[in-house]
Amino acid sequence: MTTSTQNDQGIAERSMGVGLRALNWLAGSDLLDRIRLRKGVERALFQTTKGGFRTATAAGRTFKAAQQLGKPARQKRSKSSGLFDVTPDDEQQMFQEACRAFAAAEVRPAALAADAESKTPPELLAQAAELGVNMLGVPEELGGVMHEQAAVTSVLVGEALAHGDMGIAYATLAPGAVATAIGLWGTAEQEATYLPAFTGEDVPAAALALLEPRPLFDPLQLQTKARREGGDWVLDGAKSLVARAAECELFVIAAEAEGIGPALFVVESGTRGLAVEPEPAMGLRPAATGRLLIEGVRVPGGALLGEGKREDYVACVNRARIAWSALAVGASQAVLDYVIPYVNERQAFGEPISNRQAVAFGVADIGIETDGLRLAVYRAASRADRGEPFEREAALAHRLATAKGMAIGSEGVQLLGGHGFVKEHPVERWYRDLRAAGVMEGALLV
Amino acid sequence: MINLEIPKKFKPLVSQANQVATEVFRPISRKYDEAEHTYPKELDMLASLIDGMNEGSDLGGAGAAGVRRTNGADPSENRNGSNLSTVLGIIELCWGDVGLLLSMPRQGLGNSAIASVATQEQLDHYGGLWAAMAITEPEAGSDSAAIRTTAELDGDEYVLNGEKIFVTSGDRAALIVVWATLDRSKGRAAIKSFIVERDNPGLKLDRLEHKLGIRASDTANFTLQDCRVPKEALLGSADVNLEKGFAGAMQTFDNTRPLVAAMAVGVTRAALEETRRHLQEAGVEVDYSTPALSQSAAAARFLEMEADYEAAWLQTLHAAWMADNSKPNSLQASMAKAKAGRTAVDVTLGCVELCGSVGYAEHELLEKWSRDAKILDIFEGTQQIQLLIVARQLLGKSSAELR
Repeated sequence: MTTSTQNDQGIAERSMGVGLRALNWLAGSDLLDRIRLRKGVERALFQTTKGGFRTATAAGRTFKAAQQLGKPARQKRSKSSGLFDVTPDDEQQMFQEACRAFAAAEVRPAALAADAESKTPPELLAQAAELGVNMLGVPEELGGVMHEQAAVTSVLVGEALAHGDMGIAYATLAPGAVATAIGLWGTAEQEATYLPAFTGEDVPAAALALLEPRPLFDPLQLQTKARREGGDWVLDGAKSLVARAAECELFVIAAEAEGIGPALFVVESGTRGLAVEPEPAMGLRPAATGRLLIEGVRVPGGALLGEGKREDYVACVNRARIAWSALAVGASQAVLDYVIPYVNERQAFGEPISNRQAVAFGVADIGIETDGLRLAVYRAASRADRGEPFEREAALAHRLATAKGMAIGSEGVQLLGGHGFVKEHPVERWYRDLRAAGVMEGALLV
Repeated sequence: MINLEIPKKFKPLVSQANQVATEVFRPISRKYDEAEHTYPKELDMLASLIDGMNEGSDLGGAGAAGVRRTNGADPSENRNGSNLSTVLGIIELCWGDVGLLLSMPRQGLGNSAIASVATQEQLDHYGGLWAAMAITEPEAGSDSAAIRTTAELDGDEYVLNGEKIFVTSGDRAALIVVWATLDRSKGRAAIKSFIVERDNPGLKLDRLEHKLGIRASDTANFTLQDCRVPKEALLGSADVNLEKGFAGAMQTFDNTRPLVAAMAVGVTRAALEETRRHLQEAGVEVDYSTPALSQSAAAARFLEMEADYEAAWLQTLHAAWMADNSKPNSLQASMAKAKAGRTAVDVTLGCVELCGSVGYAEHELLEKWSRDAKILDIFEGTQQIQLLIVARQLLGKSSAELR
């Protein structure tokens, strides 16, 4: 890595925080040309102006129902032989292997720049869409490829992509969450209107927005409200850390619905009252996270997703937690795979540092906790696919992802010492990304 | 097809074991915690029942049926066999009482070793007898390659000399499987195990230990002084194979470590269930969909502990499942043992804290479980030994490099 990229990155990152005035000053400075930083700053300028002001949401396409089924199509539950088994089936292994290969060949090499630029390259998103990662929750009748429920498949895909990069995985998989939500709970009309777009080549950016910008956020106690007005719903509130918010064409927004309780609403971008502003975070930067502002957004009665059942909403919350936990598995495994050769090669006191128990036990703990977390995530997802209760298992997997994920991110940096703290190595990025597993709600779905 | 639930076909076994734990173990749990060194005679009848369960079935009882691996099975076929069923049975029984499980007649680690490696002649001769295992010495704990007890061939007999400590059920068993070296200069490869009958005049009981926990289980210390056993008492091969010798002995741990992990998982679940009940009575409901931090601190702590339990449970079943499917599981067995062992200690002690004086006092079993739990992070390989094994495997290091 060259020094200039490092500097570019530093400025780009800082500029996201300092805002336009400072940037304008920087842009007018000869200093940039003298030390050849112009390009990086212009890139940062682009990022900042894209969201430095509050902007309307993307214009978006027109979603129109093609052919509507009499009743909503649903993926079938998977059946079990009744035997304990840790091996994914053939179809799942296929997705897993494809995503692993893609993550290794395309995602990991792009991760450093994507983090610095707070943007996932469009061609990467297109390639991922080609792999079918956004249509895992689309029923076959509507052009999907999975005839059975795909929570386990989604977990394996998320794990594999996050092994490449957790932020790129978030950017890549966010639209699929909207498709899965509509495929699981949407009405026949909602399915017919929105799902075909997710099976084509040009998958729209879309986001499942639950998280709100406040401490101790509880997805069951939403501050975003939906009140009835005539036959319409009017939404007010704000949503946090929405992936690719500025380019989203479709949102599924969680709101406390008058007379119903917490529920989901399908809202197209460009609807009056929707706005986005940038909300860059400590990690997940390739997802270009933004805050979605919802002010008097009026949508028709049919925007309520499905029948607005509380159990569907709770399932959504828990499926999202499984998805984030799956990403934590992939990122934790990435840490493990990275630190092993490092501690074996790094010499101190005349021998590899991995000859020391203090170092080796750190590696062992990463291995042990990643293994336990992975099994917990698989169990929760497989229960969901079979239609068994999975609230407990999702919660426990998420607790593990939250606590162990953070610890693993920290230990990854620690094992590399000072080298872990600089961007020459990816562990500092994983440190930032892994903290997200315990913070995020919604946004991804299995 | 991923399915991480208790297999349907083992549900009857699990429920049977749970009944034993509820009806037999729990009612006498405190009694034998207080009456250390008193033989729990209630277990005799139960042991006969378990013997029946072991005979010719998949249902492995408490583990003494041994953990032989079936070879030649179709590798693409998913097997749920005796390793998994044994682990499931042990979890339930140790949910009842760890010390009593360890005191089960004819269910000793020695029985497991005999069942796993004995020849047919040895099985005929020693089968059906209660066998304890004697590995540890005053100067050799985790470092079992450093044992000093010697075995010298003298005509048709081996003569054993040395000192053995921490022999579970040593005083009650009819047989002791003793680890001894044929030649100290040959290191690990020369370490063999010998079946010694309890009434052998060369085997002298020094004392029974007074312990922190698992007090229902007796723990004996022996001296072997010119203890003569027939040549046929040697388990396995008498060859000193420098390549394979010790590795073979250590491999039995790959099969027995998930069993100890299962003990830890069982006692952990007992403590969690009891604590959940007490918390409910105190008005604290643990909610799975509400974020932990939006609940009471007690509920949040409980969730954290239950999450560790979930991981330990799954890792234990995973390690046993790998053994059933003839997959090398040394890494997973040690991971399971490490995770389950430390989780048992953290959770049982955490539950005492959550339940306050109710947890700490002897009216309830919570304090006992937290005393029982500690041994599970020590025997069959301490936490540190498990971490060494896991680290060596992950890092590709020898025991000379990572010591």
